[in-house]
Amino acid sequence: MTMTAQPVRSESAPRPTASRQFIDKVFKARELAVAVVLVVMLLATQISNGEFLSEQGIKDLLLNSTILVLVATGQAVVVITRNVDLSVGSVLGISAFAAGNYLQSGGNSLIAVLLAVALGAVFGALNGALVSLGKVPALVVTLGTLYVVRGIDSIWVGSRQITADGLPSGFVDFGTNGISVVPYLALLTLAVLLCVGYYLRSYRSGRDMYALGSSPEAANLAGVPVRKRIMTAYVLCGALAGLAGALYLARFGNVDSATGNGYELTVVSAVVVGGVAFTGGAGTVYGAALGALLLTSINSVLPALGVSSVWVTAINGLLLLLAIAVDRILALRVAAVLRKQAAQMRSARHD
Amino acid sequence: MTHPEPETTPVLALEEVSKSFGAVRALRGVSLRLYAGEAHALAGENGAGKSTLIKALAGVHRPDAGTVLLDGAPVEFHGPADARDAGVAVIYQEPTLFPDLSVAENIFMGRQPRRSLNRVDHRAVKRAAADLFARLGVDLDPDQPARGLSIADQQLVEIAKALSFDARVLIMDEPTAALTGSEVARLFGVVKTLREQGAAVLFISHRLEEIFALCQRVTTLRDGALIGSEPLEGLTEDDLVRRMVGRDLDELYPKQETEAGEVALQVRRLTREGVFTDVSFEVRRGEIVGLAGLVGAGRSEVARAVFGVDRFDGGEVEVLGTSLKPGAPSVAMAAGLALVPEDRRAQGLVMDMSIERNIGLTGFAETTRAGLMNRKAERSRSVDWAVKLQVKYARLADVVGTLSGGNQQKVVLAKWLATGPQVLIVDEPTRGIDVGTKAEVHRLLSSLAAEGVAVLMISSDLPEILGMADRVLVMHEGRLTAEIPRAEATEETVMAAATGRTKEGSAAA
Ligand SMILES: Nc1ncnc2c1ncn2[C@@H]1O[C@H](COP(=O)(O)OP(=O)(O)OP(=O)(O)O)[C@@H](O)[C@H]1O
Ligand SMILES: [Mg+2]
Repeated sequence: MTMTAQPVRSESAPRPTASRQFIDKVFKARELAVAVVLVVMLLATQISNGEFLSEQGIKDLLLNSTILVLVATGQAVVVITRNVDLSVGSVLGISAFAAGNYLQSGGNSLIAVLLAVALGAVFGALNGALVSLGKVPALVVTLGTLYVVRGIDSIWVGSRQITADGLPSGFVDFGTNGISVVPYLALLTLAVLLCVGYYLRSYRSGRDMYALGSSPEAANLAGVPVRKRIMTAYVLCGALAGLAGALYLARFGNVDSATGNGYELTVVSAVVVGGVAFTGGAGTVYGAALGALLLTSINSVLPALGVSSVWVTAINGLLLLLAIAVDRILALRVAAVLRKQAAQMRSARHD
Repeated sequence: MTHPEPETTPVLALEEVSKSFGAVRALRGVSLRLYAGEAHALAGENGAGKSTLIKALAGVHRPDAGTVLLDGAPVEFHGPADARDAGVAVIYQEPTLFPDLSVAENIFMGRQPRRSLNRVDHRAVKRAAADLFARLGVDLDPDQPARGLSIADQQLVEIAKALSFDARVLIMDEPTAALTGSEVARLFGVVKTLREQGAAVLFISHRLEEIFALCQRVTTLRDGALIGSEPLEGLTEDDLVRRMVGRDLDELYPKQETEAGEVALQVRRLTREGVFTDVSFEVRRGEIVGLAGLVGAGRSEVARAVFGVDRFDGGEVEVLGTSLKPGAPSVAMAAGLALVPEDRRAQGLVMDMSIERNIGLTGFAETTRAGLMNRKAERSRSVDWAVKLQVKYARLADVVGTLSGGNQQKVVLAKWLATGPQVLIVDEPTRGIDVGTKAEVHRLLSSLAAEGVAVLMISSDLPEILGMADRVLVMHEGRLTAEIPRAEATEETVMAAATGRTKEGSAAA
C-alpha cells in the first residue's frame, strides 16, 4: 500500500551554496545597511561642516551614544524573547539618583555603580516576575511599572537635585575622560555589548531566548525553561538600565526626578531600527547598538548642518518606518531566493 | 505465534490515567504499557484521546488521576524537559518549530553539542543535523530557516528531532500524515532499527496499513475509554476498525460514476519560477481529478498559485470561462473557486477563534446585510456544516485550537464547502482524519462531483487517489509527468511517474 514504493530521494544532492551565502548576507545586511547609512551620514556632514568630526566632535558623539547603546542592548534581549520593557527610562532615572545620593553622602564610586546596577536588576526582576507569572502582556505590565517606578522616584527625590560638585572628582573624570578620543564610558559599553552578544550567540540559554521569541509554544515543548529565561532577560535589561543610570550620573553630573523621562520610546526605536524583530526571535544586540548610534548621531548631525532640532523627532519616526519597510522587502527577497535555491537543487537532482 | 505481554517491566506505562478539559473527559482510566523492543500502535477515531494520552506520557499534561510509571516506578514529569531527560522522544501531531531559527537549531534546541566553556558548537550542530537528514534520506539544508517549510518537511524536521537523541521511548503522533510512500518507508526503516536496538515505540496513524506494517501490539481508545490492548498478529483491518468505531464500516471509497461535463477549470502553461514549470491541465464539471506526486513535487504550490495565494510568473488560469488575475484569491472565490489548504494551523484556521466564527469567515457575503452581520445566519450555517462533517465538539463557541487534530481538519473542510464552490481544490483533505470520517469525506466529495462540481484533489495517500479519482495527474519535480485515466491508474503506474521513471512527454493536456 502506501509504503511499498522505493525510496527515491537522492541522499547527497549537491547544495547550491552560493545562494545560501547570499541569504546569509541579506540577513546580515540588515545590520550592514544601518552601518552604511550611519557612515554616509557622518561623512556627508563632515564634508559640509569640517568641524563636525573634530576630536571633540567624535568624543561627544561616542559619549552621547554610550548610554543609549547600553540600554538598547538590554532592551534588545527582552525584545528577542517577544517581550518589551517600557520601564527602562524610569529605572535609569531612579538608579542614577540612588547612586548620586549615595556618592553625595561620601560613598565609594565603585560601590555607587554596583548599587545602581543592583537597583536596576531588582526592578528588572519585578518586571520579569510579573510578565512570566501573570499572563499579562509585557507591554501592559511594564507600562505599569514605568509609572510606579517614576512615582516612587518623584516621591523620594521631590525637588532635590544632584549636581556635579557634590560628586567625587574621580567619578566625574571617569565620565568625561578617555583614551585619546575614546571615552572610558564607550569602552565599558563596548565591553558589555560584546559580552551580551557573545552570550546570546554561543550559550544554550542565549539560544533559548531566540527560541522563546520565535515560538513560545514550541519552546515549551522543547523543554526551554520559559519563565527562567524571561526572568533572565528582564534582570539583564534592568541591570543594564541601572548601569546606564550610573553612567548618566558620571557623564552629566546632574540628576533630578525627571531624569530618563520618555527615554523608553527612543530605546525601543533604536532596537527596531537596528533590525531586532518586534515579534521576537530575530535580530542581534549589535544591530540594536548600531540603531542607537544612528539615532544619537542624527541628534548631532542636524545641528551641525544647521537644521533646527525640532526636526529630530520627525526624522527619528521616519527612520523607524523606513526600517520596518526595509525588513518587509528583505523578507520577500529572501523568500524568492529560497525558491530559486529549491529549484536549483531539484534540477541538480534531475541531471 | 502470538505475542503475550512480555514478563518484563514496561519501560514507560500509564496506569488508570484520567484527564478532563472542563466538561470534556478526554481520558477515562486508561492504562498503556510500552515494552523495550516493541512497537505499539494507538488507534481511535478523531477526538478519542490519543494525543491527550501522548501528552500525559510526555509531561505536557499532568493527569487528573492515575500514575505514569518509568521502569516500573511512579514518576511525575513536571514538563516536557523532564520526560526528555528520562529518554522519551516525542513527535507531536502538529509540528511546532521555531520559524526564525535554522532547521539544525530547531532539531537541537536545548541540547546543542558544546565545546570548551560550555559554548554551543555551531559547526557540530550543523554536521549532526546533516547526518540525521542523510539517515532519513531527506534533502533539507541544515542552514535553512524553518519558516516556509511545507508541512511534510516540517514533519521530517520533527522526526529528525526525535531521532537526534538516543531515546529509550519513541512516541510518534501521526508522523506520516503528510508523507508519501518513500518517506514513510525510510522512516519505518529507521524506527525498526531503533526498535531492534531496544527502544520502545508508540505509533499513531489513521492509515491502518501502516499500523500493520510497523507494530506488534495495538491499544484502542474510544471516547477517551480503553477498548483493548492486544497483539496485532491475527487481527485484520476490519477488526481494528470495529474496535475503533464500534461498528462495521461501509465502503471507504464510495465513488459514484459521473458524466464529465464542460471544462470548469482550465490551467495553461502555468509557471512559477523555481517552483513549477509549464503545468497544463483541465478539470471538468462532475470530475474528480487526483493530483499525485512525492512530497516537494510542487502539487500544493500549483494549487496555491491557481487560487491566487501565490503569484504565478507565466501561464493562464480560467474558471468557468473567466480568466483569473495572478495573486487575487478574492477574485478566484468570486469566480466560484475554493481551496482547502494543506496547513490547517497556518493557512486554514484562526486558532483562537470559535468553530462558528471560523466557518463563518468564508460566508460574509451570505450572512451580511447592509454591512451588518447576521450572527444567527452565521450560526445556523456553521451548525449545518459542522454536523454534516461530524465535527466532534462540546459547543459551537469552543475555540478551534482545543479541538483534536482531525476535528480541526473537518472545520477547515466545512469552512470551504460552505461557500458552495463550482470548482473545489482540496489539498490533503483527509490528513489526520479517522477511517470512519474519511469515508464520509469521500462520500461528500463524490456527491459534490455528482452535483456538477469540478474537484481537484491533492493527496499523498495513494489508495485515496486510486479510489476516488476519475483521472490522475502526476507531478515530478515541478512538472506534470503523466496523466493516467482511472482504468489504468495503479500503484505502479502512478509511482513510476511520480518518481520520474517514465519518459517525459507522456503527459497530455
Ligand atoms: N487543550 C484542550 N482544551 C480543551 N479540550 C481539549 C484540549 N485538548 C484536547 N481536548 C479535547 O479532548 C478530546 C481528545 O482530543 P485528542 O486531541 O486527544 O484526540 P485525538 O485522539 O488525538 O484525535 P485526532 O485523531 O483527531 O488527532 C477532544 O474532544 C478535544 O476536543
Ligand atoms: Mg491527535
